[in-house]
Amino acid sequence: MERIGKLPKLYLAIVFIILYAPIFYLIFYSFNSGGGMSNFEDFTWEHYAAVFEDKRLIIILLNTIIIALLSALLSTTIGVIGALAIYFMRNKKMRNAVLSMNNILMVSPDVIIGASFLILFTMVGVKLGFASVLISHIAFSIPIVVIMVLPKLREMHPTLIDAALDLGASRKDVMTRVILPFIKPGIFAGFFLALTYSLDDFAVTFFVTGNGFSTLSVEIYSMARTGISLTINALSGLIFIVTVALVLGYYALNRKMKAPLAGVKK
Amino acid sequence: MNNNRLRSIYSIPYTAWILLFVLAPIALIVYYSFFDLTGNFTLSNYRNFFSSVYLTLTISSFWYAFLITFFSLLIAYPTAYLLTKTKHKHLWLLLIIIPSWINLLLKTYAFIGLMGLYGPLNAFLETIGIGKQQILFTDFSFVFVSVYIFIPFMILPIFNALDKLNPTLIDASRDLGANSWTTFRRVIWPLTINGVKSGIQVVFIPALSLFMITRLIAGNKVITLGTAIEQQFLVTQNWGMGSTIAVFLIVFMFIIMLVTNGKEKGASGNGTNR
Amino acid sequence: MKSIINSAILILLISGILLFINAKLNEGSKSGKGTVTVYNWGEYIDPDLIEQFEEETGIKVVYETFDSNEAMMSKIEQGGTSYDISVPSEYMVEMMSEKDLLLPIDYSQIPNIEHIDPYFLDLAFDPGNQYSIPYFWGTVGIAFNPTLLEGQTFESWDDLWDPSLKQQVILVDGARETVGMALNSLGHSLNSTDLGELREAIDKLKTLSPNVKAVIGDEVTQLMINNEAAVSLTWSGQAADMMYENEDIDFVVPNEGSNLWFDNFVIPKTAKNIEGAHAFINFMLDPEVAAQNADYVGYSTPNLSALDLMDPEVVEDERFYPDEETRSHLEVYKNLGLELLGVYNELFLEFKMDMR
Repeated sequence: MERIGKLPKLYLAIVFIILYAPIFYLIFYSFNSGGGMSNFEDFTWEHYAAVFEDKRLIIILLNTIIIALLSALLSTTIGVIGALAIYFMRNKKMRNAVLSMNNILMVSPDVIIGASFLILFTMVGVKLGFASVLISHIAFSIPIVVIMVLPKLREMHPTLIDAALDLGASRKDVMTRVILPFIKPGIFAGFFLALTYSLDDFAVTFFVTGNGFSTLSVEIYSMARTGISLTINALSGLIFIVTVALVLGYYALNRKMKAPLAGVKK
Repeated sequence: MNNNRLRSIYSIPYTAWILLFVLAPIALIVYYSFFDLTGNFTLSNYRNFFSSVYLTLTISSFWYAFLITFFSLLIAYPTAYLLTKTKHKHLWLLLIIIPSWINLLLKTYAFIGLMGLYGPLNAFLETIGIGKQQILFTDFSFVFVSVYIFIPFMILPIFNALDKLNPTLIDASRDLGANSWTTFRRVIWPLTINGVKSGIQVVFIPALSLFMITRLIAGNKVITLGTAIEQQFLVTQNWGMGSTIAVFLIVFMFIIMLVTNGKEKGASGNGTNR
Repeated sequence: MKSIINSAILILLISGILLFINAKLNEGSKSGKGTVTVYNWGEYIDPDLIEQFEEETGIKVVYETFDSNEAMMSKIEQGGTSYDISVPSEYMVEMMSEKDLLLPIDYSQIPNIEHIDPYFLDLAFDPGNQYSIPYFWGTVGIAFNPTLLEGQTFESWDDLWDPSLKQQVILVDGARETVGMALNSLGHSLNSTDLGELREAIDKLKTLSPNVKAVIGDEVTQLMINNEAAVSLTWSGQAADMMYENEDIDFVVPNEGSNLWFDNFVIPKTAKNIEGAHAFINFMLDPEVAAQNADYVGYSTPNLSALDLMDPEVVEDERFYPDEETRSHLEVYKNLGLELLGVYNELFLEFKMDMR
């Protein structure tokens, strides 16, 4: 593999600096003994202590993570099936129609999605809370998964499947041994972006939640009027550091385990 | 035959999703769009949409969505390309996504601080001799922060397309005497076009209905259709008018899909010819 | 394929563990006397008081938050939830009672009502306080930072139009507030229903455009604290937050008149624990509790007995506890009906589009 030069390295460095600048800004002020995100007074850990004292906040944090993980997992599953269904459609017009419908939720503002889901849930009689939030998050994350998986499917040579079939593979084999491994990057991309959608959503969750169930986003937005407390900064800092640590740890572990198998992989 | 039935069983969840969470809400929105504040059937919402205010809003929404998509692509493509060349490319890719998991409102508040008159960005501008600038509440800040939000959505599909690109193809192209630009234009770009299209779809379509940022970062100096819908639903509580604007947004989206998919036929045709 | 399945199993496992921890955390707080679900703005109550209430009564408090009156109402109107208490602003109390979304308050269960300043009771938005009890109150005025303005002061709304304030003024992204300000500056009522007056107000507002830096919401607090903006149209509660962080900032309610606002306890129709809701309201009206809460939130309390328990310096601050003379110039928003609200918003949109 060719090495990248100095200029490209600088370019990547700038991109990463910009991506992380707001986060480091947040974390910096989480150590501020003053009240807000300005006028750094003294260094303090008090906001971090406050995070661990606030049981309600911790419950909300756990809710948020559970919803994000489960909704991303389920929407990825459904989305992959949807993408396959669209890919295998023979009728071009039909395929385009379904693909357009797939994207409707992406163009609809959150307020509309939230309000119409709320009407739907109350009509059907779903109890507002964990279930309704989970279902909604799955629903609005599906389109992004489909869009991430489809291009990988399109890149796949149709001859690949034919070849496998000619070689005596069953349809199930074709799916698990040929198609899925090929579109794997698309699946993971869809999963991670579904996570993003779920973690970031405020408006839809607001409308469909109830019975004491809340997520971090709803909590943060409703703090805006009286000012977001630095406890939230501290919490975000913790989330960030734990996430990065997990990713680095998992990556290192994965490499270690895979290294000896490198030849056999795939 | 048997396989077909099996296949349709598998696609039940997706079909159910479309029926329940796409078609049902759309039906609801279309239904609402025919009613006025007092609950009478009317076409006046549609007439209202063609008043100058909403047409201006539509044009400005499209313009900004275009700018956001354009700059996202401009920055994302080289980033994705360079990422595929790094040693731990998947790790770096994950590190691109992680910032998007921190709450958007918090990051926006951070941007307000970063871009402020006394923020680090202006301090930097001052030391290099440009001097203080009003950055917040300008077109620049709006497009910048929007691109910031959408960039992972653009990078991911392009990265996936580039990643599996066979390096021998590039070598072959070089050996055949093509310069870098020709190689890019004739070999790399066509092979990644599907990823680029996905990226454009997941950036352009949501960018049309951006709202919060228009207030926080652009100080309402940029107003989009999304802002208008949000106002109609929440503040004015005119669900009829809000729904009407949403119907138009969806129609626009269909048109965009038609245009991009129309081109796609050509591209995949190329693909099979290859 | 294998790695996909492994990842899925890993995610399920993690979710399972987290769900278990969550259940454990929730378990400890269950109690026999039922729960009260409070629906309030974020950070708008001292959390210690919730604990105190739970200890004293044995009722568990479930706390949920909203970020706008309208969103809160849509939620309650649609049903499916059972909030026992909510805290809407005054115009929203009127709207909700018109829509028949509220339960009348039973005063036999709220003896602490005697502590509320009679001045804040029996107002037009809820005659006889049938449905609501004031929680916090305040005004709308101009927050400004003299150090950034060469000592300029503000007495009248018209001072915002001063040519020296180019690109300095921040307005509120709310039609009632900003259009109301323009109406007030012309000497009209901020509840004007006269289309001619409204037109006049918008035309005047458009001439303010060169001075307008931005039209935003709650973010203004941070901007003012950072010395990022010099002048803003602000609610008194937010001004208090600004002044707490940045001592240079001052706040004034212009003499042409302005808005007097309230956030109020109400009991939505969907309430399940009506007795518990009354108990909670009564608890919050206790002078000591109200004083502690006002100290935490930083807004003005309508609780007369609580004022005696608070820091005199705060209570005597005319900017946040104006005297009756100033108060007599203030108007409470009336619910103008959806049609006029639409007119206000359309005119406001016209101004915003004209701004660039």
